[in-house]
Amino acid sequence: MVYENPDGVMVGLEIHVQLNKLATKLFCGCSTDYHTSQPNTHVCPVCMGLPGCLPVLNKRAVEYAIRIGLALNCEIVEQTQFHRKNYYYPDLPKGFQTTQYDYPIVSDGRVVIEGEDGEHVVRIRRAHMEEDPGRLMHMGSIDRSKGTLIDYNRSGMALIEIVSEPDMRSPREARRFLDKLRNILEYLDVFDSTLEGSMRVDANISIGGGDRTEVKNISSHKGAERALLYEIMRQKNIKRRGEEVVMETRHFDEARGVTISMRTKEEEHDYRYFPEPDLVPMRVGSWVDGILETLPELPDARRSRFISDYGMVDTHAKALTSDIRVADFYEEVASKVDPAAAAVWVSDVLKGELNYRDLTIASFNVENMVKIIELVASGKITEKGAVEIIRNILDEGGSPMDIVKEKGLLKVEGDVVDEAVGEVLKENPDALEDYFAGKEKSLNFLVGQVMKKTRGRADARSVREMMLEEIDKNYR
Amino acid sequence: MLDGLSDIKNRIVSSSAEEVVASYLERIEKSNINAFTCIAEDAIEQAKKVDSLDIEGPLAGVPIAIKDNISTKGLSTTCSSAILEGYVPPYDAHVIERLRKAGAVIIGKSNMDEFGMGTSTETSTYGPTLNPWDTERVAGGSSGGSAAAVAAGQVPVSLGSDTGGSVRCPAAFCGAVGLKPTYGAVSRYGLVSYANSLEQIGPLANRVEDVAALMDVIGTYDNRDSTCVKHNAGYTDTLQDGVDGLKIGVPDEYFGEGIDDNVQKLVWDAIGKFEDMGAEYTKVSMPNTPYALAAYYIIAMSEASSNLARFDGTRYGNRSEGENWHMMASKTRQEKFGAEVKRRILLGTYALSAGYHDKYYLKALKVRTLVKQDFERAFEDVDVLMAPTMPTPAFKIGEKMDDPLSLYLSDVNTVPINLAGVPSISVPCGFSEGLPVGLQVIGNYFDEATILKAAHSFEKNTDHHTKLAAEVV
Amino acid sequence: MITKEQVEHIGWLARVNIDEEDASEFASELSTVLDYFGQLDEVDTSDVKPTYHVADIMNVFREDEPRGSLEQDAILANAEEVQDGYIKTPKII
Repeated sequence: MVYENPDGVMVGLEIHVQLNKLATKLFCGCSTDYHTSQPNTHVCPVCMGLPGCLPVLNKRAVEYAIRIGLALNCEIVEQTQFHRKNYYYPDLPKGFQTTQYDYPIVSDGRVVIEGEDGEHVVRIRRAHMEEDPGRLMHMGSIDRSKGTLIDYNRSGMALIEIVSEPDMRSPREARRFLDKLRNILEYLDVFDSTLEGSMRVDANISIGGGDRTEVKNISSHKGAERALLYEIMRQKNIKRRGEEVVMETRHFDEARGVTISMRTKEEEHDYRYFPEPDLVPMRVGSWVDGILETLPELPDARRSRFISDYGMVDTHAKALTSDIRVADFYEEVASKVDPAAAAVWVSDVLKGELNYRDLTIASFNVENMVKIIELVASGKITEKGAVEIIRNILDEGGSPMDIVKEKGLLKVEGDVVDEAVGEVLKENPDALEDYFAGKEKSLNFLVGQVMKKTRGRADARSVREMMLEEIDKNYR
Repeated sequence: MLDGLSDIKNRIVSSSAEEVVASYLERIEKSNINAFTCIAEDAIEQAKKVDSLDIEGPLAGVPIAIKDNISTKGLSTTCSSAILEGYVPPYDAHVIERLRKAGAVIIGKSNMDEFGMGTSTETSTYGPTLNPWDTERVAGGSSGGSAAAVAAGQVPVSLGSDTGGSVRCPAAFCGAVGLKPTYGAVSRYGLVSYANSLEQIGPLANRVEDVAALMDVIGTYDNRDSTCVKHNAGYTDTLQDGVDGLKIGVPDEYFGEGIDDNVQKLVWDAIGKFEDMGAEYTKVSMPNTPYALAAYYIIAMSEASSNLARFDGTRYGNRSEGENWHMMASKTRQEKFGAEVKRRILLGTYALSAGYHDKYYLKALKVRTLVKQDFERAFEDVDVLMAPTMPTPAFKIGEKMDDPLSLYLSDVNTVPINLAGVPSISVPCGFSEGLPVGLQVIGNYFDEATILKAAHSFEKNTDHHTKLAAEVV
Repeated sequence: MITKEQVEHIGWLARVNIDEEDASEFASELSTVLDYFGQLDEVDTSDVKPTYHVADIMNVFREDEPRGSLEQDAILANAEEVQDGYIKTPKII
């Protein structure tokens, strides 16, 4: 099957990724651990742009950038330097942003995503290093505010700006690309996606070969998909009216799910780039081999390994490796119990329960998962009981054994079940008659009655077998 | 003759740092040459600390004036600009840390052209510094306060900064010694940037040996300035007397049109003196010199337009009213920057802007390469170059203020050195109608030792430095 | 030659407000200087590389080790307007 792309959608993304796993900012020794701190407490003369201050480049930030480039199958530049991008904004303490210009640290890469019609390649044009500005808070809305408050804690954080080619053909592909990218970056251990503002997206979109618009202020992957869906609809409506799409920058209003023209007089951008005289060039080509050696296993490789090492099906392998935390969780569980059972329990049951509650894997611990799987495997509890324990832990806390005791979930077998089957058949002659008359459903009713009598502690499948045996033996 | 560092050390031993510092404060108090933008209120405290703790650094108890564009923790740093009025840095520049460690007493901040943009210290928001030899004349710039304070005996030593001659020009005009070190020899951390790729902090004094002593303190490697270069210091250790066999190059282009006849004569006399002392000279050609001035100004203004962008009234300094942030910033910069600063910001913005970047900025950087090659070629054959520091002695206050270009032209012999990044020292070589004239001795990269040695030997064999300015009180 | 309009445009790029009467004066002063800069056109630089840094150094880095930050008070002390630990400025638009 080939995806036709009926509207001729072309989406390109620019993603700002904060390298928040670094201990310090890009050009100064301020700690990056500001996310829960008071404003303007993680700043120094350098990231505040005080007169006379000079930047010194964080070596590890460069290593991270190369690591990212290698993971995105990019070329690594032989020699490069930083430039100044000059513009005025109150969050920019020096009146220019120190960034890269003509020689980005990495370029020409590719990422394979699950596209509309199977594997789809999204090309990476470039990725460059730059510093994050501070954070502005408008007192009221941006256009009717009384004033602006500035927190410079974020100022100087290391960013990687990743620019894709316009290779995505639908909002869903854009979202999958973002998911994949986030996943790869987390595998690389260069950033933590759970921190606020760690990944910010601008999207370029055009349809049918027309002019493109740029949508800014997208803060989530879901938001990207919604913003693009809206923008496609808007552009289609314009074309339907026989008009042309205007090249412009639009702002995504997350709450209303619409994009709004920035309306400000489209100021001509003249950033007056020139090489940063306070930083010297860097030649990092020789670092590549060493970094390549320390590159961790990436999602696609791990997915293949899960299939070959643990014998799981591809859907499980994909589900388990699409988030490094889940994959790590799974492997820890799998090292202690049957990996095949663990794959089912973690990917099918636990992930489902977590998604339903909007929780992450951090809400569940490995020991509990291991214990639950062991209880099922040893026949002490039923699968149904296991699900109940998982839900209970997520909703109210507690340990598996306590919940088993409290709820009386220990599985019952043998005589107790035999007895219950006998009783139910005696007590429900009508249902039995219905069954003989061909109503398969009434068997389910009878099994249900047994489960009720044993308070769910019997194994439903074996109850069913026992029931059929008993009918054959004593009621035919 | 004014006291040098060794005299002061003796005085401190026989009396106290407190007494010595107090005597200098008194001289500053009595003077009317406007060399300072502010005096450190704790100067006496600093001196008392030296006395009571018996601090032993190489500059223990020595009062020093700091150009007002070098950040001093707790002490106002304004770059002589209204936009930074009231700004007190929360940190010390590298050179200040080093001076404090050496026991120096930071006595105050010296006047300068606003943000270093000038050749006369007339663009200061605090008004011009007057030349101690003739108070109707400029002290030179942009480190005018640092040079005038030294020449008037208000401090024995001072720090300036040199972007296109800003240490050497006022040294020449005031009859002081001033060194522009090799680019990368002194950390710029804490120096408020005017043109980052050109400038260096440099010492001023009345004696070459005192300049060397200051370099020993400030010229150490600092990892907070990425352009700082590790090098072998020991400036005082290598300060020998004697120039026997020294090969001097005299570039024709530095004696061209616009160079005052008296100045040329005094510089040639000085070269003759070197010959008497055993040196030999040859004429050399540095053909790209005529283009250095334009290239220098384009680069300096371009960098400045970006460096000064941070002065927007938001985080520090002064602010004007405006209905929104952009108008506030725009009004602040209109009202608080002086005319020359605005001219340079506008020209620099223009030179970097779309459509003009290659014609001006990039072209200037290519010419810079040619100028640098001139020096590299010259130093294949000679040890030092000698030339007039300034084309004329100090001019009258107000004389060139209405004509920016004529002011720029006075930097013709100093800016090529900054484009190339080599070191250069200006030493007094005589007087023209009672006004001091400076000889410029230019050296190869990180070869401060040779130019210090030459300047020191010249000083030992002449008496220009023993003359006192009229304003010495 | 640089026009009044160009001066005003550059003034906006550089966030230097320029009054009507100043614009003409700047235009003439700047033109004189730009005219002087124009002499660089005479120099043949076709095979010449630009010099961005005179010191031939490369690869200057710092280790990723925290060095500590300033006290909040020290940072806010120089700001004209402060609120709840934030620096306050007029609205943006």
